[in-house]
Amino acid sequence: MPLLAIAVLAAGTYAFRLAGPVFRHRIRIPDRLQWLLSVATAVLLTALVATAALTQGQGFAGWARPAGVLAGGALAIRRAPFPVVVIAAAATTAVLRLAGLP
Amino acid sequence: MRSFWRTLDHGSLRDIFLVCLADAIVGASFGAITVSGGLPPWAPITMSVLVFAGGAQFAAAGVVLAGGSPAAAVLAGLVLNARLLPYGFTVADTVGGSRWARLLGAQLITDESVAFTLRQHERRRRRATFWTCGLALFGCWNVAVVLGVLAGALLRNTGSFGLDAAFPTVLLALVLPSLADRGTRNAALAGAVIAVAATPFLPAGLPVLLALAGLVLAGRPAATVADTNPALEAR
Repeated sequence: MPLLAIAVLAAGTYAFRLAGPVFRHRIRIPDRLQWLLSVATAVLLTALVATAALTQGQGFAGWARPAGVLAGGALAIRRAPFPVVVIAAAATTAVLRLAGLP
Repeated sequence: MRSFWRTLDHGSLRDIFLVCLADAIVGASFGAITVSGGLPPWAPITMSVLVFAGGAQFAAAGVVLAGGSPAAAVLAGLVLNARLLPYGFTVADTVGGSRWARLLGAQLITDESVAFTLRQHERRRRRATFWTCGLALFGCWNVAVVLGVLAGALLRNTGSFGLDAAFPTVLLALVLPSLADRGTRNAALAGAVIAVAATPFLPAGLPVLLALAGLVLAGRPAATVADTNPALEAR
């Protein structure tokens, strides 16, 4: 992660944040765009979940990792506390690997 | 600052404290996962202070750790943070009138601080809520990331600890609440299928961006945006 990439991401993010307080009396964001941006957030995060869980480089990540994510996800749906969710996922993957699953 | 504390009731302060605690755990995970994944310690710390947006930080770091280009990482982060644009307009009057208040307050605009601010109706309490929540989150988040980095540096051989499963799980827990909306869920699932299917053929980072094609399945807003903004939950 080069410093330049962090700087560009930070500058762009700050511009998104500052636009409202600075231009509040001159521009209005259409409701439709507002809604689309929030759906886009969910779409990107879900795609990241899927690719990070299932793939490694350009191939399959093996079974242990997606199984761990699935275990964590099941707990998250049941509103388990966040640390429990994450630790359960990592532990499931670690145990499956210990048992010889790739 | 003291008058702020007196303006807020105990219930609000307790809720803000709980959110800080939850975010601190996410922040510590971010520090630990990125460093044990191979990023130098300064990278997650710098990112947390300057970008200060959990979802985008995880996304950008995730793309880079998967071997993607920095440009793809920045693009993914910016698409995620575009939702901060409407937030800024929503809380513009609350952030403050003076130039310094606006410059400083803008950095404190997050899913959480906006959600908490919108729960208050009286102007003075709104301001107090925004600044208290924003500053508290900024402090907790960055301290937690540093602690996470220190912990992550101690962990070697992340595969045998199953830490590679922690990253997607953190994101899944963050995004789950927003998938309760059917249109959002359809778009997100289609996007996920597209991204995974494209992974063998495209350079890392691009498949995730291609997932945005799933937006065509999102349909129309279910109700008024203020009531159902899914991103208010997803960070």
